[in-house]
Amino acid sequence: MNTLDLKSGKVTDVREAENIVVRFSGDSGDGMQLTGTQFTDTSAFLGQDISTFPEFPAEIRAPIGTVAGVSGFQVNFGSKEIFTPGDMYDVLVAMNSAALKTDIHKLKKGGILIVNLAGFDKKNLKLAHYPEGINPLEDGSTDDFIVYKIDVTRHVKDALATSGLGNKEMERSKNMFVLGLLFWMFDKSMDYTIGFISDKFKKVPDVMNANITALKSGWNFGDNTEVFKTRFKVDVAKLSPGVYRQITGNHATAIGLICAAEKAGIQLFLGSYPITPASDILHELSKYRGNGVKTFQAEDEIAAICSAIGASYAGALGVTTTSGPGLSLKGEAMGLAVITEIPLVIVDVQRGGPSTGLPTKTEQSDLLQAIYGRHGEAPMPVIAASTPADCFQAVYEAARIAIEHMTPVIFLSDGYVANGSEPWKFPNADNLTPINCTFVTESNNPDGKFLPYKRDDRGVRPRTKPGTPGLEHRIGGLEKQDETGNVSYDSVNHEKMTHLRANKVDRVADFIPPAKVDTGKEKAKICILGWGSTYGAIKTATLELIAEGHDVAHVHLRWVNPFPRNLGELLKGFDKVLIPEMNMGQLCSLIRAKYLIPAESYSKVQGLPFAVDELKSKIVETLNSK
Amino acid sequence: MSDIISLAPKKTAKDFVSDQEVKWCPGCGDYSILSQVQKVFPDFDVKKENYVFISGIGCSSRFTYYMDTYGFHSIHGRAAAVASGVKATNPELDVWLISGDGDSISIGGNHFIHLMRRNFNIKYLMFNNEIYGLTKGQYSPLSQKGIVAKSTPYGSVDEPFNPLELALGAKSTFVARSLDRDPKHQQMIFKRAHEHKGTAFVEIYQNCPVFNDEVFSPYTEKDSKREECLFIEHGMPMVFGNNNDKGLKLDGLKPVIVNIDSTNSINDLWIHDERDKTKASLLAGLFDNVSLIPHNPRPFGVFYVEDRPTYEDDLTAQIAAVTAKKGKTSLDKILSGEKTWIIA
Repeated sequence: MNTLDLKSGKVTDVREAENIVVRFSGDSGDGMQLTGTQFTDTSAFLGQDISTFPEFPAEIRAPIGTVAGVSGFQVNFGSKEIFTPGDMYDVLVAMNSAALKTDIHKLKKGGILIVNLAGFDKKNLKLAHYPEGINPLEDGSTDDFIVYKIDVTRHVKDALATSGLGNKEMERSKNMFVLGLLFWMFDKSMDYTIGFISDKFKKVPDVMNANITALKSGWNFGDNTEVFKTRFKVDVAKLSPGVYRQITGNHATAIGLICAAEKAGIQLFLGSYPITPASDILHELSKYRGNGVKTFQAEDEIAAICSAIGASYAGALGVTTTSGPGLSLKGEAMGLAVITEIPLVIVDVQRGGPSTGLPTKTEQSDLLQAIYGRHGEAPMPVIAASTPADCFQAVYEAARIAIEHMTPVIFLSDGYVANGSEPWKFPNADNLTPINCTFVTESNNPDGKFLPYKRDDRGVRPRTKPGTPGLEHRIGGLEKQDETGNVSYDSVNHEKMTHLRANKVDRVADFIPPAKVDTGKEKAKICILGWGSTYGAIKTATLELIAEGHDVAHVHLRWVNPFPRNLGELLKGFDKVLIPEMNMGQLCSLIRAKYLIPAESYSKVQGLPFAVDELKSKIVETLNSK
Repeated sequence: MSDIISLAPKKTAKDFVSDQEVKWCPGCGDYSILSQVQKVFPDFDVKKENYVFISGIGCSSRFTYYMDTYGFHSIHGRAAAVASGVKATNPELDVWLISGDGDSISIGGNHFIHLMRRNFNIKYLMFNNEIYGLTKGQYSPLSQKGIVAKSTPYGSVDEPFNPLELALGAKSTFVARSLDRDPKHQQMIFKRAHEHKGTAFVEIYQNCPVFNDEVFSPYTEKDSKREECLFIEHGMPMVFGNNNDKGLKLDGLKPVIVNIDSTNSINDLWIHDERDKTKASLLAGLFDNVSLIPHNPRPFGVFYVEDRPTYEDDLTAQIAAVTAKKGKTSLDKILSGEKTWIIA
């Protein structure tokens, strides 16, 4: 796929590329996330398809110049449909020695390496733990690449000499210089970023002007110096017509919840305790006070879910957001929501575990915890988002099922889709699936007291809320008598209630779409079965393998509990089933147990998403094995 | 006032009795508390359907099932968090939280302090029997040091909390103490708690006849009660003793017991001011073990009251202010965000 060919040597040769992967890498304080986001937004705004992968350390400010402090932002943009941030980079921007050390191994042969020379002095080389006297820019180790050594720091200081700013403040604009240079290189307009800077720094004109000047001098540096031999032209993508926006997974999750509550005609209440990488959902929702959204930053994870349970009990859509460690803490309260049969959405943005694990890295290792991680028989539906924009639809569905089926639902996202972004052809509010939220106001038992656990034909109990005259009743964590909801220790009743609760969750399968082949054809030689954020990598690998003549199909699960009714039948049509997961094979265990098929696991637990190339190799290897 | 015609007949205590059989042990102090709550409820200007009882886990927390109101029997220690979500969602509800000493101060200690500082308008009745009842007799964080219980055959080496000091330290806006064996006092305190707008914390000494019998008998038995209890009342001097012949005086910030006689008149005594937090803290600190000689009496009544906006009122006001300033954003606007582009 690499369309870069820089051997021409011709000055300002304009080359066309289908897609380009750029990695911005620097110190945590270098503003790489902002630079990457601006580059991405500009690309998206210009109509290219994109996929991003921000990667940052768990420490807020690790020591400057060290490998621990490297923060990276990767974007894959192009004129074709893009499903992943890319395996290898076409362009690497390394602001210091540590950044180069961390990321150089993923720069394609013949790729472009842009370095800030100021980050390769003796001090920086030492901080990056290069051996004394070794400079990677001079020892031949970067000979495979086209290297541009630019003293960004000096150029920025020259450009801002008359700005009146101090040294440190001037240096802060060096990311804008690099961004300007990249804009020139990829022939992108600076307008979007100039607008952004003007708005962000409107109260500090000095800083605003400095950033705009640095940005423009980066552009001019590319345009004037003739150092660069090649510029690139990437066409707009042939995406389906419509109105698009840029969105991250966490943002999509937040607005999905707002839409679901409004469509159901009830309040949205979020009880949450800050945790990486889920906190942005709390941040986003807390902005919507004007829409009556109630966010409650609780004292801990348990209070967060319990307050959400209280809110649902009082008539709201109760939601709690967390990551793996928080999900563990919420386990007991989830059981309470199961036995009281009230709607609740539990958002788990997965990260590397166990324990504190890899807080800023991605993993899919909470699947079994989501499905089984509670005491007692406590089943609940579990849905997983496949892409950043898909978080919207998936969390909306989670809320719909929670409300309409009176059950807690777990929505699984992960660090990769939560922080990643993509263009989104967003829906009209009118076209969103209606959510039916009915509160009972009259007794369902003409002969006597209200029966809070008398079910309808879907196995769902009626929803009431305190404040409704005549329906006063008690619910709680003790086992209930069927229909009346009164406390019951009767053994036969307990078994009956256990089955009733399980059946209710199982019957959710009648209200979700059947499983289908996403890419490829039914009964292919091999099915790649995925769930959650592996979607883009599996789809890309499948498309490429089909183009190369292999008989491969991709099936992707959205609901992981219950499974779609036809899943077993669909999977049995393939000769082989391979399940790539960023865990030790959790879905694979479920599939093998449920359908008794010899599905194979392809496991990766490096805190990183699958690369397309490694998936392709594994698929081909599996196809060729006996 | 008297011109208002009530259409519905006034409720009676019986209207609040649920159809569930009460299953506490014979002689349990919980019966009295249930009965006093049911007795005072008809006097409150609250629609029956708006009462909500939220409880945690423990003997006390079964209370919920016995009130014919809305009720949610939650999980151990978490009633405060559940109640916070209920009250934040619907401030119209009259939320009562029922909990025990283990539920509130041990497993629920974190939620307890945070509820106090947030000041939701919730009535918090903590039944204190200084023991774990439902798990059959282990000591609690309010048990006296040295207690021999199921899990401490050689006596507990744990220092107990003083729950009122804890509540005051956590910025509670209403702190009171009552006793299971004093129905009238309970009723008075429940009414005061209900009048208060904010989290009203009421500790109730409650006898557990099975696992910690008579632990509060010095305060409840006729022959010792008047010597051991100090019933406090706002604006009144602190008098106690068999013949109302003793009083508390403040020597600077030090409470001193005096005999009311020719040297110390009733006018020299400490006058209770429930709005004075410093003095309320001194009063809460009268927490002496009765075996000490001499020792201070144990105060009962309303220790402290403060007017502070409730969490739900501040939240509602903030929503109104932001809505007035920014208006409600339409779903379509939320979906599109600030920046969009068109692919033709």
